[in-house]
Amino acid sequence: MTHRASQPTDIHAYLADLEDIPGTRVFTAARARQGYHLNQFAMSLMKPENRARFKADERGYLDEWAITPEAKKAVLARDYNALLDLGGNIYFFSKLFSTDGIAFAEAVSTMTDMPWPDYRQMMINGGRSPEGVRSIREKR
Amino acid sequence: MARLTAGVASSHVPLMGVAHDQKKDRDDYFGPIFAGYDWTRQWEKEQKPDVVILVYNDHASAFDMKIIPTFAIGCGEHYKPADEGWGPRAVPDVIGHPDLAWHIAQSLVLDEFDMTIVNEMDVDHGLTVPLSMMFGDVAEWPVKVIPLAVNVVTYPPPTGNRCWALGEAIARAVASFPEDLNVQIWGTGGMSHQLQGPRAGLINRAWDNMFLDGLVGDSDHLRHIPHIEYLRETGSEGIEMVMWLIMRGALGKTTRCLHRHYHVPCSNTAIGHMVLEPQP
Repeated sequence: MTHRASQPTDIHAYLADLEDIPGTRVFTAARARQGYHLNQFAMSLMKPENRARFKADERGYLDEWAITPEAKKAVLARDYNALLDLGGNIYFFSKLFSTDGIAFAEAVSTMTDMPWPDYRQMMINGGRSPEGVRSIREKR
Repeated sequence: MARLTAGVASSHVPLMGVAHDQKKDRDDYFGPIFAGYDWTRQWEKEQKPDVVILVYNDHASAFDMKIIPTFAIGCGEHYKPADEGWGPRAVPDVIGHPDLAWHIAQSLVLDEFDMTIVNEMDVDHGLTVPLSMMFGDVAEWPVKVIPLAVNVVTYPPPTGNRCWALGEAIARAVASFPEDLNVQIWGTGGMSHQLQGPRAGLINRAWDNMFLDGLVGDSDHLRHIPHIEYLRETGSEGIEMVMWLIMRGALGKTTRCLHRHYHVPCSNTAIGHMVLEPQP
Protein backbone atom coordinates (compact mmCIF):
# COMPACT_ATOMS: atom_id res chain seq x y z
CA MET A 1 0.00 0.00 0.00
CA THR A 2 1.45 3.37 -0.92
CA HIS A 3 0.22 6.74 0.15
CA ARG A 4 1.46 10.17 -0.69
CA ALA A 5 3.74 11.62 1.98
CA SER A 6 1.84 13.78 4.44
CA GLN A 7 4.93 15.66 5.62
CA PRO A 8 7.53 17.87 4.04
CA THR A 9 10.54 15.68 3.44
CA ASP A 10 12.92 18.64 3.62
CA ILE A 11 13.98 18.60 7.27
CA HIS A 12 15.30 22.16 7.07
CA ALA A 13 11.96 23.53 5.94
CA TYR A 14 10.23 21.37 8.56
CA LEU A 15 12.40 22.73 11.37
CA ALA A 16 12.12 26.32 10.11
CA ASP A 17 8.31 26.03 10.25
CA LEU A 18 8.50 24.91 13.89
CA GLU A 19 10.21 28.22 14.77
CA ASP A 20 7.49 30.25 13.03
CA ILE A 21 4.80 29.97 15.72
CA PRO A 22 4.42 33.01 18.00
CA GLY A 23 4.97 32.44 21.72
CA THR A 24 5.88 28.76 21.27
CA ARG A 25 9.06 26.71 21.68
CA VAL A 26 8.63 23.38 19.98
CA PHE A 27 10.74 20.67 21.65
CA THR A 28 13.14 20.05 18.79
CA ALA A 29 16.33 17.98 18.90
CA ALA A 30 18.32 21.20 19.41
CA ARG A 31 16.27 22.08 22.51
CA ALA A 32 16.32 18.48 23.72
CA ARG A 33 20.13 18.51 23.58
CA GLN A 34 20.46 21.92 25.21
CA GLY A 35 18.07 21.02 28.02
CA TYR A 36 19.12 17.41 28.57
CA HIS A 37 20.38 17.70 32.15
CA LEU A 38 17.81 20.32 33.06
CA ASN A 39 15.01 17.95 32.04
CA GLN A 40 16.64 14.99 33.76
CA PHE A 41 16.82 17.10 36.94
CA ALA A 42 13.07 17.75 36.67
CA MET A 43 12.49 14.05 36.02
CA SER A 44 14.30 13.17 39.25
CA LEU A 45 11.46 14.86 41.19
CA MET A 46 9.23 11.88 40.42
CA LYS A 47 10.80 10.15 43.43
CA PRO A 48 9.44 11.22 46.84
CA GLU A 49 12.88 11.08 48.47
CA ASN A 50 14.26 13.45 45.81
CA ARG A 51 11.33 15.83 46.23
CA ALA A 52 12.05 15.96 49.96
CA ARG A 53 15.76 16.64 49.40
CA PHE A 54 15.02 19.32 46.80
CA LYS A 55 12.51 21.07 49.06
CA ALA A 56 14.96 21.04 51.96
CA ASP A 57 17.79 22.64 49.91
CA GLU A 58 16.87 23.65 46.36
CA ARG A 59 20.22 25.22 45.55
CA GLY A 60 22.21 22.30 46.94
CA TYR A 61 20.09 19.80 45.01
CA LEU A 62 20.52 21.76 41.77
CA ASP A 63 24.30 21.85 42.29
CA GLU A 64 24.33 18.06 41.90
CA TRP A 65 23.28 18.46 38.23
CA ALA A 66 25.35 19.47 35.20
CA ILE A 67 23.21 22.52 34.46
CA THR A 68 24.25 26.11 33.86
CA PRO A 69 24.08 28.86 36.51
CA GLU A 70 21.50 30.58 34.29
CA ALA A 71 19.31 27.48 34.31
CA LYS A 72 19.66 27.05 38.07
CA LYS A 73 18.59 30.66 38.53
CA ALA A 74 15.55 30.10 36.30
CA VAL A 75 14.55 27.00 38.30
CA LEU A 76 14.89 28.85 41.62
CA ALA A 77 12.77 31.72 40.21
CA ARG A 78 10.26 29.28 38.61
CA ASP A 79 10.73 31.31 35.42
CA TYR A 80 9.19 28.80 33.03
CA ASN A 81 9.59 30.90 29.88
CA ALA A 82 13.31 31.17 30.62
CA LEU A 83 13.43 27.42 31.21
CA LEU A 84 11.77 26.79 27.83
CA ASP A 85 14.43 28.99 26.22
CA LEU A 86 17.11 26.89 27.92
CA GLY A 87 15.74 23.65 26.51
CA GLY A 88 13.30 22.77 29.27
CA ASN A 89 10.22 20.74 28.37
CA ILE A 90 6.87 21.31 30.01
CA TYR A 91 6.12 17.63 30.69
CA PHE A 92 9.41 17.34 32.56
CA PHE A 93 8.78 20.59 34.45
CA SER A 94 5.31 19.44 35.43
CA LYS A 95 7.17 17.39 38.07
CA LEU A 96 8.27 20.73 39.56
CA PHE A 97 4.68 22.06 39.46
CA SER A 98 3.65 18.97 41.41
CA THR A 99 6.52 19.31 43.86
CA ASP A 100 5.40 22.90 44.47
CA GLY A 101 1.79 21.75 44.86
CA ILE A 102 0.63 24.18 42.18
CA ALA A 103 -2.10 23.31 39.67
CA PHE A 104 -0.87 22.58 36.16
CA ALA A 105 -2.97 25.35 34.61
CA GLU A 106 -1.84 27.87 37.22
CA ALA A 107 1.82 27.09 36.44
CA VAL A 108 1.03 27.39 32.74
CA SER A 109 -0.59 30.78 33.28
CA THR A 110 2.71 32.17 34.62
CA MET A 111 4.11 31.90 31.08
CA THR A 112 1.40 34.17 29.67
CA ASP A 113 0.76 37.89 30.21
CA MET A 114 -2.26 37.06 32.39
CA PRO A 115 -2.65 36.59 36.13
CA TRP A 116 -4.02 33.14 37.04
CA PRO A 117 -7.64 34.22 37.71
CA ASP A 118 -7.78 35.98 34.31
CA TYR A 119 -6.19 33.00 32.56
CA ARG A 120 -8.65 30.63 34.22
CA GLN A 121 -11.55 32.83 33.10
CA MET A 122 -10.16 32.95 29.55
CA MET A 123 -10.22 29.15 29.49
CA ILE A 124 -13.79 29.03 30.81
CA ASN A 125 -14.73 31.53 28.09
CA GLY A 126 -13.42 29.16 25.42
CA GLY A 127 -9.64 29.65 25.48
CA ARG A 128 -7.22 31.72 23.43
CA SER A 129 -8.18 32.17 19.78
CA PRO A 130 -5.63 31.01 17.20
CA GLU A 131 -6.43 34.19 15.23
CA GLY A 132 -3.22 36.19 14.73
CA VAL A 133 -0.95 33.68 16.54
CA ARG A 134 -0.62 30.99 13.88
CA SER A 135 2.46 32.27 12.05
CA ILE A 136 5.07 34.96 12.60
CA ARG A 137 6.07 35.36 8.95
CA GLU A 138 2.55 35.16 7.55
CA LYS A 139 1.13 37.46 10.25
CA ARG A 140 -2.05 35.39 10.65
CA MET B 1 -10.22 -15.32 15.82
CA ALA B 2 -9.78 -12.04 17.64
CA ARG B 3 -12.15 -9.28 16.51
CA LEU B 4 -11.48 -5.53 16.50
CA THR B 5 -14.99 -4.33 17.31
CA ALA B 6 -14.76 -0.63 18.11
CA GLY B 7 -12.58 2.44 18.44
CA VAL B 8 -12.73 4.99 21.24
CA ALA B 9 -11.10 8.43 21.21
CA SER B 10 -10.64 10.53 24.32
CA SER B 11 -8.62 13.35 25.80
CA HIS B 12 -6.56 12.31 28.83
CA VAL B 13 -6.05 15.50 30.86
CA PRO B 14 -4.53 14.75 34.31
CA LEU B 15 -7.15 16.98 35.97
CA MET B 16 -9.88 14.56 34.80
CA GLY B 17 -8.15 11.91 36.90
CA VAL B 18 -7.93 14.26 39.87
CA ALA B 19 -11.65 15.15 39.57
CA HIS B 20 -12.53 11.47 39.38
CA ASP B 21 -10.29 10.46 42.30
CA GLN B 22 -11.51 13.33 44.51
CA LYS B 23 -15.16 12.70 43.53
CA LYS B 24 -15.62 16.19 42.07
CA ASP B 25 -16.77 14.71 38.78
CA ARG B 26 -20.35 15.96 39.05
CA ASP B 27 -19.67 19.52 40.25
CA ASP B 28 -20.38 22.60 38.12
CA TYR B 29 -16.95 22.58 36.48
CA PHE B 30 -16.49 18.86 35.83
CA GLY B 31 -20.14 17.77 35.48
CA PRO B 32 -20.42 18.72 31.79
CA ILE B 33 -17.12 16.93 31.03
CA PHE B 34 -18.07 13.66 32.74
CA ALA B 35 -21.69 13.70 31.52
CA GLY B 36 -20.33 13.16 28.02
CA TYR B 37 -18.87 9.82 29.13
CA ASP B 38 -22.03 8.41 30.77
CA TRP B 39 -23.22 6.92 27.47
CA THR B 40 -19.86 5.22 26.95
CA ARG B 41 -19.69 3.76 30.47
CA GLN B 42 -23.05 2.05 29.89
CA TRP B 43 -22.01 0.93 26.38
CA GLU B 44 -18.74 -0.55 27.68
CA LYS B 45 -20.72 -2.57 30.29
CA GLU B 46 -22.74 -4.05 27.45
CA GLN B 47 -19.80 -4.54 25.09
CA LYS B 48 -17.58 -6.30 27.66
CA PRO B 49 -14.35 -6.05 25.63
CA ASP B 50 -11.68 -8.58 26.57
CA VAL B 51 -8.73 -6.41 25.59
CA VAL B 52 -8.12 -2.72 24.89
CA ILE B 53 -5.14 -1.66 22.80
CA LEU B 54 -4.62 1.70 24.46
CA VAL B 55 -2.71 4.23 22.36
CA TYR B 56 -1.36 7.04 24.52
CA ASN B 57 1.76 9.05 25.11
CA ASP B 58 4.04 8.83 28.08
CA HIS B 59 4.52 12.32 29.61
CA ALA B 60 8.11 11.90 30.81
CA SER B 61 7.10 9.17 33.26
CA ALA B 62 8.32 5.75 32.05
CA PHE B 63 10.53 7.31 29.37
CA ASP B 64 12.82 10.23 30.13
CA MET B 65 15.42 11.77 27.82
CA LYS B 66 17.60 8.64 27.98
CA ILE B 67 15.49 6.56 25.61
CA ILE B 68 12.84 7.93 23.24
CA PRO B 69 10.94 5.18 21.40
CA THR B 70 8.69 6.41 18.60
CA PHE B 71 6.29 3.47 18.97
CA ALA B 72 6.50 1.22 22.05
CA ILE B 73 4.21 -1.74 22.78
CA GLY B 74 3.74 -3.11 26.29
CA CYS B 75 4.10 -6.90 26.33
CA GLY B 76 4.26 -7.23 30.14
CA GLU B 77 1.94 -9.00 32.58
CA HIS B 78 1.05 -5.84 34.52
CA TYR B 79 1.82 -2.14 34.94
CA LYS B 80 1.64 0.13 37.98
CA PRO B 81 0.30 3.70 37.93
CA ALA B 82 3.24 6.12 37.77
CA ASP B 83 4.20 8.65 40.43
CA GLU B 84 4.11 11.86 38.38
CA GLY B 85 5.22 14.07 41.22
CA TRP B 86 2.30 13.86 43.66
CA GLY B 87 2.26 10.11 44.32
CA PRO B 88 0.68 7.43 42.11
CA ARG B 89 -3.07 7.59 41.41
CA ALA B 90 -5.05 5.27 43.68
CA VAL B 91 -6.41 3.25 40.78
CA PRO B 92 -6.05 -0.48 40.10
CA ASP B 93 -2.92 -1.89 38.52
CA VAL B 94 -3.24 -2.35 34.78
CA ILE B 95 -3.23 -5.99 33.68
CA GLY B 96 -1.64 -6.72 30.31
CA HIS B 97 -2.35 -9.40 27.72
CA PRO B 98 1.15 -10.67 26.87
CA ASP B 99 -0.09 -13.35 24.43
CA LEU B 100 -1.89 -10.89 22.18
CA ALA B 101 0.67 -8.13 22.76
CA TRP B 102 3.58 -10.32 21.68
CA HIS B 103 1.54 -11.57 18.72
CA ILE B 104 0.91 -7.96 17.64
CA ALA B 105 4.55 -6.96 18.27
CA GLN B 106 5.90 -9.83 16.17
CA SER B 107 3.35 -9.27 13.42
CA LEU B 108 4.13 -5.55 13.28
CA VAL B 109 7.87 -6.09 12.95
CA LEU B 110 7.29 -8.58 10.11
CA ASP B 111 4.89 -6.01 8.61
CA GLU B 112 7.84 -3.55 8.66
CA PHE B 113 6.85 -1.52 11.74
CA ASP B 114 9.96 -1.66 13.92
CA MET B 115 8.39 -1.54 17.36
CA THR B 116 10.11 -1.07 20.69
CA ILE B 117 9.03 -3.85 23.05
CA VAL B 118 8.54 -2.94 26.71
CA ASN B 119 8.16 -5.58 29.41
CA GLU B 120 8.30 -3.38 32.49
CA MET B 121 7.10 0.19 32.89
CA ASP B 122 4.80 2.37 34.94
CA VAL B 123 1.86 3.96 33.15
CA ASP B 124 0.93 7.60 33.66
CA HIS B 125 -2.27 9.65 33.35
CA GLY B 126 -2.16 9.26 29.56
CA LEU B 127 -3.23 5.65 30.07
CA THR B 128 -5.06 5.60 33.41
CA VAL B 129 -7.29 8.65 32.86
CA PRO B 130 -9.04 7.15 29.81
CA LEU B 131 -9.62 3.93 31.82
CA SER B 132 -11.26 5.96 34.60
CA MET B 133 -13.37 7.90 32.11
CA MET B 134 -14.65 4.75 30.39
CA PHE B 135 -15.04 2.44 33.44
CA GLY B 136 -15.49 4.79 36.42
CA ASP B 137 -14.65 3.84 39.99
CA VAL B 138 -13.86 0.11 39.93
CA ALA B 139 -11.94 -2.31 42.19
CA GLU B 140 -10.19 -3.72 39.14
CA TRP B 141 -10.21 -2.74 35.47
CA PRO B 142 -12.71 -4.92 33.61
CA VAL B 143 -10.34 -5.38 30.64
CA LYS B 144 -6.81 -6.44 29.85
CA VAL B 145 -4.80 -3.57 28.40
CA ILE B 146 -2.04 -3.48 25.81
CA PRO B 147 -0.29 -0.12 26.21
CA LEU B 148 0.94 1.41 22.97
CA ALA B 149 3.04 4.48 23.71
CA VAL B 150 3.79 7.05 21.01
CA ASN B 151 6.47 9.73 21.21
CA VAL B 152 4.75 13.10 20.79
CA VAL B 153 7.15 14.98 23.08
CA THR B 154 10.50 15.15 21.26
CA TYR B 155 10.31 16.27 17.62
CA PRO B 156 9.62 14.90 15.21
CA PRO B 157 6.77 12.65 16.37
CA PRO B 158 5.57 10.10 13.81
CA THR B 159 3.57 11.52 10.90
CA GLY B 160 -0.20 11.19 10.84
CA ASN B 161 0.17 9.03 7.78
CA ARG B 162 2.49 6.64 9.58
CA CYS B 163 0.14 6.49 12.57
CA TRP B 164 -2.79 5.61 10.30
CA ALA B 165 -0.74 2.90 8.57
CA LEU B 166 0.32 1.50 11.96
CA GLY B 167 -3.37 1.25 12.86
CA GLU B 168 -4.03 -0.70 9.67
CA ALA B 169 -1.18 -3.08 10.53
CA ILE B 170 -2.49 -3.53 14.09
CA ALA B 171 -5.89 -4.50 12.65
CA ARG B 172 -4.24 -7.16 10.46
CA ALA B 173 -2.32 -8.48 13.47
CA VAL B 174 -5.44 -8.70 15.66
CA ALA B 175 -7.36 -10.48 12.89
CA SER B 176 -4.71 -13.23 12.75
CA PHE B 177 -4.74 -13.99 16.49
CA PRO B 178 -6.37 -17.42 16.90
CA GLU B 179 -8.20 -16.86 20.21
CA ASP B 180 -11.74 -15.48 20.09
CA LEU B 181 -11.32 -12.08 21.75
CA ASN B 182 -13.37 -8.89 21.65
CA VAL B 183 -10.72 -6.20 21.14
CA GLN B 184 -11.13 -2.43 21.16
CA ILE B 185 -8.56 0.16 20.19
CA TRP B 186 -8.47 3.54 21.92
CA GLY B 187 -6.72 6.67 20.70
CA THR B 188 -6.10 9.22 23.42
CA GLY B 189 -4.76 12.74 23.99
CA GLY B 190 -5.79 16.10 22.52
CA MET B 191 -7.76 17.95 21.56
CA SER B 192 -6.53 21.52 21.10
CA HIS B 193 -4.23 22.68 23.90
CA GLN B 194 -0.99 24.50 24.44
CA LEU B 195 0.72 24.14 27.83
CA GLN B 196 3.75 26.36 27.26
CA GLY B 197 4.87 29.89 26.46
CA PRO B 198 2.96 33.14 25.98
CA ARG B 199 0.56 31.42 23.55
CA ALA B 200 -0.61 28.93 26.21
CA GLY B 201 -4.35 28.40 26.49
CA LEU B 202 -4.98 28.15 22.76
CA ILE B 203 -8.23 26.40 21.85
CA ASN B 204 -9.63 25.88 18.36
CA ARG B 205 -13.18 24.62 18.54
CA ALA B 206 -13.76 24.78 14.77
CA TRP B 207 -10.61 22.82 13.91
CA ASP B 208 -11.26 20.20 16.61
CA ASN B 209 -14.76 19.60 15.27
CA MET B 210 -13.43 19.37 11.72
CA PHE B 211 -11.10 16.65 13.02
CA LEU B 212 -13.97 14.81 14.76
CA ASP B 213 -16.02 15.00 11.54
CA GLY B 214 -13.09 13.55 9.61
CA LEU B 215 -12.92 10.42 11.76
CA VAL B 216 -16.37 9.34 10.60
CA GLY B 217 -17.15 7.77 7.24
CA ASP B 218 -14.78 6.69 4.51
CA SER B 219 -12.47 9.68 4.06
CA ASP B 220 -8.80 9.33 4.97
CA HIS B 221 -7.85 13.00 4.52
CA LEU B 222 -6.85 13.40 8.20
CA ARG B 223 -3.81 11.17 7.68
CA HIS B 224 -2.24 13.83 5.45
CA ILE B 225 -2.40 16.75 7.92
CA PRO B 226 1.20 17.91 8.50
CA HIS B 227 2.56 18.46 12.01
CA ILE B 228 2.81 22.21 11.49
CA GLU B 229 -0.96 22.45 10.99
CA TYR B 230 -1.66 20.75 14.35
CA LEU B 231 0.82 23.12 16.00
CA ARG B 232 -0.48 26.31 14.42
CA GLU B 233 -4.18 25.50 14.67
CA THR B 234 -4.48 23.46 17.87
CA GLY B 235 -1.51 24.46 20.05
CA SER B 236 1.80 22.79 20.68
CA GLU B 237 0.26 19.87 22.58
CA GLY B 238 -2.56 19.41 20.04
CA ILE B 239 -0.06 17.22 18.18
CA GLU B 240 -1.29 14.40 20.46
CA MET B 241 -4.18 13.99 18.03
CA VAL B 242 -1.94 12.01 15.66
CA MET B 243 -2.48 9.17 18.14
CA TRP B 244 -6.19 9.15 17.33
CA LEU B 245 -5.23 8.26 13.77
CA ILE B 246 -3.75 4.92 14.90
CA MET B 247 -7.21 4.09 16.27
CA ARG B 248 -8.93 5.37 13.12
CA GLY B 249 -6.55 3.51 10.79
CA ALA B 250 -7.27 0.26 12.65
CA LEU B 251 -11.02 0.55 12.01
CA GLY B 252 -10.68 0.07 8.26
CA LYS B 253 -12.12 1.91 5.32
CA THR B 254 -15.39 3.15 6.78
CA THR B 255 -16.57 4.03 10.29
CA ARG B 256 -19.87 4.84 11.92
CA CYS B 257 -20.13 7.23 14.87
CA LEU B 258 -21.97 5.85 17.92
CA HIS B 259 -21.26 8.70 20.33
CA ARG B 260 -19.61 12.14 20.24
CA HIS B 261 -18.78 14.66 22.96
CA TYR B 262 -16.89 17.96 22.96
CA HIS B 263 -16.38 20.40 25.83
CA VAL B 264 -14.16 23.40 26.59
CA PRO B 265 -12.36 23.61 28.96
CA CYS B 266 -10.77 21.09 31.26
CA SER B 267 -7.77 22.87 32.73
CA ASN B 268 -5.93 24.13 29.58
CA THR B 269 -7.54 21.67 27.22
CA ALA B 270 -10.47 21.02 24.89
CA ILE B 271 -12.07 17.67 25.72
CA GLY B 272 -13.02 15.48 22.79
CA HIS B 273 -14.50 12.01 22.98
CA MET B 274 -15.87 9.73 20.31
CA VAL B 275 -16.98 6.11 19.93
CA LEU B 276 -16.70 4.58 16.48
CA GLU B 277 -17.36 1.19 15.00
CA PRO B 278 -16.00 -0.25 11.78
CA GLN B 279 -18.50 -0.58 8.94
CA PRO B 280 -18.06 -3.66 6.75
